[in-house]
Amino acid sequence: MRHISPSSALLGGVLIGIAAVTLLLFNGRIMGVTGIARGVMEPQRRDWLWRVVFLAGLAAGPFVYTAMIGAPVTIELTRSVPVLIVGGFLVGFGTCAANGCTSGHGVCGLGLLSRRSVMVTVTFMITSMATVFVIRHLLGGA
Amino acid sequence: MKALAVALIAGLVFGIGLTISDMINPARVLAFLDVSGAWDPTLALVLLGATGVTALGFRMILRRQRPMFGSQFRLPSRKEVDVPLVWGAGLFGIGWGMVGLCPGPAFGVLLLGHWETYVFFPAMIAGMLTHAALQRAPRAARSEA
Repeated sequence: MRHISPSSALLGGVLIGIAAVTLLLFNGRIMGVTGIARGVMEPQRRDWLWRVVFLAGLAAGPFVYTAMIGAPVTIELTRSVPVLIVGGFLVGFGTCAANGCTSGHGVCGLGLLSRRSVMVTVTFMITSMATVFVIRHLLGGA
Repeated sequence: MKALAVALIAGLVFGIGLTISDMINPARVLAFLDVSGAWDPTLALVLLGATGVTALGFRMILRRQRPMFGSQFRLPSRKEVDVPLVWGAGLFGIGWGMVGLCPGPAFGVLLLGHWETYVFFPAMIAGMLTHAALQRAPRAARSEA
């Protein structure tokens, strides 16, 4: 993994916060990716276009970064197909049941000091850390 | 049109923020979640920076009557902590810990060309659609009765 300085981490976080503030100030919307994506799947709501545009911008973000910094974006992900399928399904199903994920409850909800968001964030932090502990330290995985 | 430009800019800034802080990299996220291993605090700093901005910014914005380009703020109305909320968050965390991707980064990595993400992403969408279908089912049954 490349080195990430604490200032890059904070700067990245501040940019994410600015994105959330921008969406609320101008459009009156909470920047929660789960809710935004779910709205795309309900075309009868007739407000899907801004959602698609937001998600396209999100997917284009790494390329704008490369254009600005000149460094390619590399990610590291080595998981078997069954783990990817089960993990992906749990993320999709769980975030919808919880009405939000790391962006909606984490970034936005914690900023609003919402009790629901604090509860959700604490819960998914605990189960994700427990899952990594089981995979890495009990099962000897990566 | 103005609202669409805002959505595009917000999405881009979000994606750039995730990239600068390496939060689109599942290995970085898993290193944070691995509290008993070589713990990497990056995610905590990212969340600190982001919630610092939203805590200050949201408070000022919500003093307004309405957003700049819209008639009203669309905020979640429910306040109570209910059971599905907690088990949903629990299931999400298990999936997050298995792979290291949550919905934001799952969209962020979509054009980077890693085959693993093209297995994860449809499975995530299937999970969302399954939840939506289960939500509709009991309601449909009630309305028929």
